[in-house]
Amino acid sequence: MLKIENLNVHYGGIHALRGVNMHIEKGKIISLIGANGAGKSTTLKSIMGLVNKSGGSVIYKGEDITKSNTIDIVKKGIALTPEGRKVFPDQTVKENLLLGAYLRKDKKGIKEDLEWIYTLFPRLLEREWQIAATLSGGEQQMLAVGRSLMSRPELLMMDEPSLGLAPIIVKDIFSIIKEINRAGVSVLLIEQNAKAALEISDYAYVLETGVVTLEGAGKDLISNDAVRKAYLGA
Amino acid sequence: MTKQKKWLLSCIVIAVFLALVYFLEGIIPSYSNWSMLFTVLEKGSIYALVAVSMNLVNGFTGLFSLGQAGFMLIGAYAYAVFTIPVAQRAAVYQYFDGGLIQFTIPVFFAILLAGIVAAIFAFLIGLPVLRLKSDYLAIATLGFAEIIRAIFQWNALGPITNGSNLLRKFATYQSALFPIIACGICIAIICLLINSSYGRAFKAIREDEIAAEAMGINLFKHKQLSFVISSFFAGIGGALLAMFQTTIQASAFKAAMTYEFLLIVVIGGMGSITGSIIASFLFIACREWWLRFLDSELYIGDFQVPLLRAGFRNVVFSVVIMIIVLFYRKGIMGTREFSWNGLLRWFKNLPGNIRSIPGRLKRKNKKEAQINE
Ligand SMILES: Nc1ncnc2c1ncn2[C@@H]1O[C@H](COP(=O)(O)OP(=O)(O)OP(=O)(O)O)[C@@H](O)[C@H]1O
Ligand SMILES: [Mg+2]
Repeated sequence: MLKIENLNVHYGGIHALRGVNMHIEKGKIISLIGANGAGKSTTLKSIMGLVNKSGGSVIYKGEDITKSNTIDIVKKGIALTPEGRKVFPDQTVKENLLLGAYLRKDKKGIKEDLEWIYTLFPRLLEREWQIAATLSGGEQQMLAVGRSLMSRPELLMMDEPSLGLAPIIVKDIFSIIKEINRAGVSVLLIEQNAKAALEISDYAYVLETGVVTLEGAGKDLISNDAVRKAYLGA
Repeated sequence: MTKQKKWLLSCIVIAVFLALVYFLEGIIPSYSNWSMLFTVLEKGSIYALVAVSMNLVNGFTGLFSLGQAGFMLIGAYAYAVFTIPVAQRAAVYQYFDGGLIQFTIPVFFAILLAGIVAAIFAFLIGLPVLRLKSDYLAIATLGFAEIIRAIFQWNALGPITNGSNLLRKFATYQSALFPIIACGICIAIICLLINSSYGRAFKAIREDEIAAEAMGINLFKHKQLSFVISSFFAGIGGALLAMFQTTIQASAFKAAMTYEFLLIVVIGGMGSITGSIIASFLFIACREWWLRFLDSELYIGDFQVPLLRAGFRNVVFSVVIMIIVLFYRKGIMGTREFSWNGLLRWFKNLPGNIRSIPGRLKRKNKKEAQINE
């Protein structure tokens, strides 16, 4: 579904991605793990067209989107939940969700998806009219995930959805990711919580200082010694 | 209160207000001190419109633009130039052989034209300028406004703009209801825009550009849209101000004028339409009316009350503004809007509100101390 070949990104003098290759199959959950500063967020941002690529190509459903702008990429069905709960703080929960559907014109579909998200996250329904800044951290994260689902994506990319959440909520988030996936959405997931991520992933990539050093089925990576030492703390 | 009730209440209040203005206009003679009331209502409405238009860009879209006076100038001139009766042109354009333009257009279309011309200028300026980040944008828009002012005073354009001479004798209005209703309609249109999905997108850009872009919001296009619409209404505000003043001169549309609107927007609350409206009327009322007495010397018997003399008004005015900014860090309204329920609550808690002022000040000082640590 999404094919990334030899992706390179420079930030000024910093060579943040040095030829990343990845392949995301339709209907799968793929995770991307790696240390801080490895270039995970940069990978997602460059797929979205939010940072400039200095080389390589991104092919989505057979179409070259390397040079497309973000708006077209969103229209084609890719959504990003940005790192660090980037909800719109001064707007209500509902307004945030509607912003996720900004490029859609089908009123009826938007309403259906709104209801779907409220069933995924009943908390958001309770707080429909609350200003996003006053939500708890976990609620904001739910809102960020819900908002990116509102564009009805075929591929959802989530940048650390469990960041700073209590373990019990983290579990909820992971089960919701699976539920989203069951609804037919392919997922590309970045996680510090490597074990939980690998458990639900069909396939995973390990990124180190801008290069993919290891890849394989989620279950295989969990039992891989190098991964266990570096990311699972075992 | 239900939604319908609130609508009904709002409509009744507006109707009663307009009727009252109409009635008072009939009975208050123009030499009475109370005729200042109409100055405040007229100028206040016009200022409210321009302040709201500035709030659209600065408060709702989060751009720091300081071009408002420039767009008002364009609007004022576009209006005036096309409504001076042909027979009067020889007198107005006395140094330029009666000027170049020898026709007039109806007032309604002239006002619309004022907005459109301002909007076209905004579009062209926006193309390069809106790619800049906040501080640079402020400098660029400010510079533009100053350049526009200079160009309109340029003698070579005299056959159209009358150079640095006054434009006068253009069509004006008879009743204070005219600017009040015109500004009311314009502000209502801006409100509709802000509550639409465009408004949500503007606010999203203000709050987080990257997240907004990730939603598929075209940053440049929306900034441009907000800027052009804001300038359109600033242009209309300029036309109405011209009508209010009955004469205009480019040299009056200085940067200081933009700062007045900036002050109003900040005092009212960045991102609050009703805040801008309330602040506009307070601003005009204080400056033009309530504080006037401070400027005239006052004798009680033989004793001259100290400090009261020409210019003292401005001192008091500045102090009042500082006090407001001190107590209302985010402006009178913050990002909230007026609502009937809010008003009811406010009145219910009125004694508490007043009592809480010392507490609020203490809390604020504490917070500042913490920040400074
Ligand atoms: N806008 C930028 N300008 C300059 N350098 C940047 C920028 N964004 C990221 N970088 C650098 O690029 C590298 C990769 O950053 P990135 O955010 O992709 O890391 P990450 O893998 O997501 O890390 P984390 O797990 O901490 O979120 C880092 O060294 C970072 O400092
Ligand atoms: Mg990151």
